[in-house]
Amino acid sequence: MAEIEIRNLRKEFGDFTAVQSSSFKVQDGEFFMLLGPSGCGKTTTLRMIAGLELPTSGEIYLDGEECGQKPASQRDIAFVFQMFALYPHMNVRRNISYPLVSQGMQRAQVREKVAEVARILDIEGILDRPVGGLSGGDRQRVALGRAIVRDPKCFLMDEPLGALDAEFRERMAEELRALHDRMGATTVYVTHDQLEAMQMGDKIVVMNHGVIEQFGEPQDIYDKPATMFVADFIGSPSMNFLTLEDRVEAGATSIALGGQAVGIPALHEAFGGKMAYGVRPEHVRLSDAAGFRGQIVATEYLGTTQIVTLATLNGDVKARIGSAQPARVGETVGLDFNGATVTLFDRRTGRALRSDLNDGVLAHG
Amino acid sequence: MAEVTLRGTTKQFGSTVAVDDLSMTTPDGAFVVLLGPTGAGKTTTLRLIAGLEQPDAGEIEIGGRSVLGLTPAQRDVAMVFQQYSLYPHMTVRENLAFPLRSPVLETPEQEIKRKVGEVAETLKISHKLDNKATALSGGEMQRVSIGRALVRDPSIYLMDEPLSSLDAKLRSDLRIELKRVQASLGATLLYVTHDQIEAMTMATQVGVLEQGRLVQFGTPREIYEDPVSLTVAGRLGLPRINALPADLFGSAPPRACTIGLRPEHIEQGEGLLSEVVRVEHLGDQTRLHLSLAGHDIITLTSVHTDLTPGATVAIRPRNALYFDASGARVA
Repeated sequence: MAEIEIRNLRKEFGDFTAVQSSSFKVQDGEFFMLLGPSGCGKTTTLRMIAGLELPTSGEIYLDGEECGQKPASQRDIAFVFQMFALYPHMNVRRNISYPLVSQGMQRAQVREKVAEVARILDIEGILDRPVGGLSGGDRQRVALGRAIVRDPKCFLMDEPLGALDAEFRERMAEELRALHDRMGATTVYVTHDQLEAMQMGDKIVVMNHGVIEQFGEPQDIYDKPATMFVADFIGSPSMNFLTLEDRVEAGATSIALGGQAVGIPALHEAFGGKMAYGVRPEHVRLSDAAGFRGQIVATEYLGTTQIVTLATLNGDVKARIGSAQPARVGETVGLDFNGATVTLFDRRTGRALRSDLNDGVLAHG
Repeated sequence: MAEVTLRGTTKQFGSTVAVDDLSMTTPDGAFVVLLGPTGAGKTTTLRLIAGLEQPDAGEIEIGGRSVLGLTPAQRDVAMVFQQYSLYPHMTVRENLAFPLRSPVLETPEQEIKRKVGEVAETLKISHKLDNKATALSGGEMQRVSIGRALVRDPSIYLMDEPLSSLDAKLRSDLRIELKRVQASLGATLLYVTHDQIEAMTMATQVGVLEQGRLVQFGTPREIYEDPVSLTVAGRLGLPRINALPADLFGSAPPRACTIGLRPEHIEQGEGLLSEVVRVEHLGDQTRLHLSLAGHDIITLTSVHTDLTPGATVAIRPRNALYFDASGARVA
């Protein structure tokens, strides 16, 4: 299996720059997510790794060997597309064996390989069925089977679950991850679904407008976002941003919000100007004792928890609290923030200020 | 706006029964969500109410009057489809005004202008009114097609997975927007989806459909906390409810065959020892994949847990749900 390294990769289409200057490294055996909204350059990045697009500049290393300008056929990579393209006139077995047959592999060996792959994917029962009558999930398994059977250096997947319905997507996501855990193959996976990225990824790269905003482990990216874009894109509901304007010194552990002192992790840099006090919904508590007040404007029931939306003088705040806790629309309540989890942002640039919370992550990120 | 009632409604396509003896009332001003997997009969139900399909048996009433003999136009319903269908050669303003210009309605020009402005404001597309429909992003196009329903004042809005073609972030924004619009207009809305988050967060009532039948109807909380069957219990709740042999943890109520455990039904620290298979960090929650006597169990743990694969966790049930061999709830 393989290690993939991208250095200063750039791709222009005419006047449009799809990828600005990306660098990251995918370790051998990692499940690696490229995450971002439509048009952020994630698919272009994946296609350059595959050799389906050639970079304008920069390098791509597969197992240490530079292959940025090599055609796809020389890279030994398997690509799984969003729309599973199966040969409709062939049965499952022939669809899966096709890549091996076209490589000229011996028949007995092909049979053996196909049987092994069918066992891994649990599709032994449908090997002789035509692909036309299969369910969406089985079709996707067959498409995966065709990728796995070649024993490629790595798998590249472009929203392979995007076309499936919500319930089924959840199940296939679990299945794909379990498959990865069994095979240990290096996988680069493109998605716009932050939950999918968090759920399946060992590492995540968050992209926006062709630029890498942050790169790291899912929980670190969630807890210690480097920019307001990342904080907003990851998490549902996303991080709350309370607007304030002040001057803070390095070492400060609190800041004035609507006239009330609220906690922050000790700052490692001074800042003056417009800021956003970024706090995740699960770190907001409703408390009668708290001085910072808000009026409840909406509640959304989610089973174990509920999301309460409050209007405050510094902007709307969403709190995730237990669904047994009373929250009535129209009521005015106090809001208590878990200061140790807060990120302060420069409101103008969106950059996170360095603090006790995030310095370790942002320093090497 | 009006109340919509189905009584014993049945629709067959050849030998397939798409909607099977369905009785259900959408109260005036309610936001009813029909939830079910692909093929459960959700879309057919909407199309029957809209008059795009004719039932084989049963009654359909809008505002207390039977509409069976009426054409779709006479029924005065507004439908939003999954795939936005805008007129590409028209501007956003012309697209929004189009339903009001229908010769049947004879809306005065002044009124059209006011309505279009108002709806554009609610859906936050005012600044795009003079753009061509084709010059919009996917999310904006879907807003326009929802707006085209909202400019009218029909007896009911029927929406067929209007958010499913949008990306995750936009979907969650529009979810809140749609709920707010419905509440502020006091509109009656029947909404079809297979997305449980949409059902839980937007609905005043949820109707769960399975194979053309309405298996449960109630508030999201009733359906989550008090499901009538194992399949209904599996429709709501993330991670999904765990279904295990009823006697796995000891004695079970009579006839119980399966014990259903949501994360809040699993107490950690006491009971049977299970092995941690995988720890999944989702940000606001961390999921534990456990293995107990060959059974997979998914539950939640504290976000920054120290547990790693291979560790053991003692678990026992608390206020669990029990189901019989057919999947019906027994306790």
